[in-house]
Amino acid sequence: MIDRDELLHVARLARLALHEDELEATAAELSTILDHVAVIEELDLTGVEPTAHIGEVADSLRADEPRPSLAREVALARAPAVRDDGFLVPSPQGE
Amino acid sequence: MNDAIQALSAAAAAAAIADGGLARDELFEHYRARAAADQLNAFTWVADQPAAPVDGPLGGVPLAVKDLFCTEAVPSQAGSRILEGYCPPYTATAVTNLEQAGAALLGKTNQDEFAMGSSNENSAYGPVLNPWDRSRVPGGSSGGSAAAVAAGLAPWALGTDTGGSIRQPAALCGIVGLKPTYGAVSRYGMIAFASSLDSAGPLTRDVTDAALFYSQLVGRDSADATSVGFPEPIELPSSERLDGVTLAVPTALVDGEGVEVGVRESFEASLETARQLGATITSCEIPSARFALSAYYVIAPAEASSNLARFDGVRYGFRAEEKSLDAMYTETRHDGFGAEVKRRILIGTYALSSGYYDAYYGRAQRVRTVVARELAEIFREADFIVTPTSPTVAFALGERTADPLAMYFSDLFTIPMSLAGTPAISIPSGLSNGLPVGLQICGPAFSENKILSAARALEQAIGFDGSVAWGATSG
Repeated sequence: MIDRDELLHVARLARLALHEDELEATAAELSTILDHVAVIEELDLTGVEPTAHIGEVADSLRADEPRPSLAREVALARAPAVRDDGFLVPSPQGE
Repeated sequence: MNDAIQALSAAAAAAAIADGGLARDELFEHYRARAAADQLNAFTWVADQPAAPVDGPLGGVPLAVKDLFCTEAVPSQAGSRILEGYCPPYTATAVTNLEQAGAALLGKTNQDEFAMGSSNENSAYGPVLNPWDRSRVPGGSSGGSAAAVAAGLAPWALGTDTGGSIRQPAALCGIVGLKPTYGAVSRYGMIAFASSLDSAGPLTRDVTDAALFYSQLVGRDSADATSVGFPEPIELPSSERLDGVTLAVPTALVDGEGVEVGVRESFEASLETARQLGATITSCEIPSARFALSAYYVIAPAEASSNLARFDGVRYGFRAEEKSLDAMYTETRHDGFGAEVKRRILIGTYALSSGYYDAYYGRAQRVRTVVARELAEIFREADFIVTPTSPTVAFALGERTADPLAMYFSDLFTIPMSLAGTPAISIPSGLSNGLPVGLQICGPAFSENKILSAARALEQAIGFDGSVAWGATSG
């Protein structure tokens, strides 16, 4: 079961706003899902190593040679706000 | 509608173009007009005209591409409000490979937001309707791709499969869908959902088209360090028999709760067909299968929570106008993401957070090891594992939207192979109450040639006619 404080903490970690009227239903949904996935606790996993990635990926380094990359104006062209040659964001302190 | 053009498979159309019997522009215009008149909401963008022609094995055949793939200067919105109107500055390698082999971009197809869903109802651009019955879902997340091919609005389509997102909609729409071995196809430019599971593959009318498409899709890519390519050429299948082939059925899973009677009947009929073609049917067990579903719904959200951190309103996409940076981040994500995506971000963040990591993510990764081992063990004795692709036929729109767990259950048969990174195909096995049923054929890593060969033999014997669904739209 996930409570209100825990939900707000997780939402904070995810940088996801949750509005007051969404908290109760969201907590209930997440609790249902977490209860369900908790069946993995029943499996005996003694001595089993975790798998983070399937298959072998070895020696995938390329030579460290400069190559063209996205031009600055191309990278900036899709930004919601731009000033001079950078992305523009609101102040961390607010205005 | 020009029935003669419509009746051509993609491979037949490519051959007709190559020998001069069919003009590229005529073929493109045929499908462009049909896609533009789409009444299923399968497309989110349709090209006005074909790109400059490229000669190659795919010979000018139009291609529908799931909106999860970046396509330069063309909307690539991943079914999300947060990417509304986004036109990337580059194209995904998978799409480039197909274009360089001659495919012509026809349109972008609707999908569940960031590929999270099994019904295509999680799209910010509205649900897709199933061409066999418009009151039902096409499956998901590659629902637009599957519906477009099934309705004959596109000859074939590129989709993605993380936990079943090619196979399940292919099954529910009565077409063929191939989920490749992990790493065979580049993920570069495919908007990331769960990086250790995501794979790109074809949705096609028949198995031969899937083989032709896939032969041009695979390849190692220096832009994706996890791509390994394919160790041999992909061949066009010609097999008509299954002599000496052993098919293993995970009996307890297939006979389990929640599998529809009509699905089971169609599956059993396929097994009988396989026997008549010379196959040996054996029984096997995947004891971890019910844990696999739970492990998947920890691993995939965990990876998604990390991948989707990039959508912050700074560099591209939607931004909520707020006065402080922090409020801009959190409200952009609140307003830009849909309900299921937010649910998974929260679950994933929770599973990765301090104090819960070992109990959820760590354990899920160890379940993943067990699943992969169990499948490998079965493949020591059997050539393939076969199951129905989906426990049910296409369900009604709205039927499962209020119950995330019921929706997740759609992926029961497809998830073990996703966790193990092994390939699997879904082909139509017949109808149940007028709706398509899919048969899933799974093999060990890099066994796609064998899978395609067996699938082709079964397809010929089953003789499924998907053309019934072409009349579902005008154009």
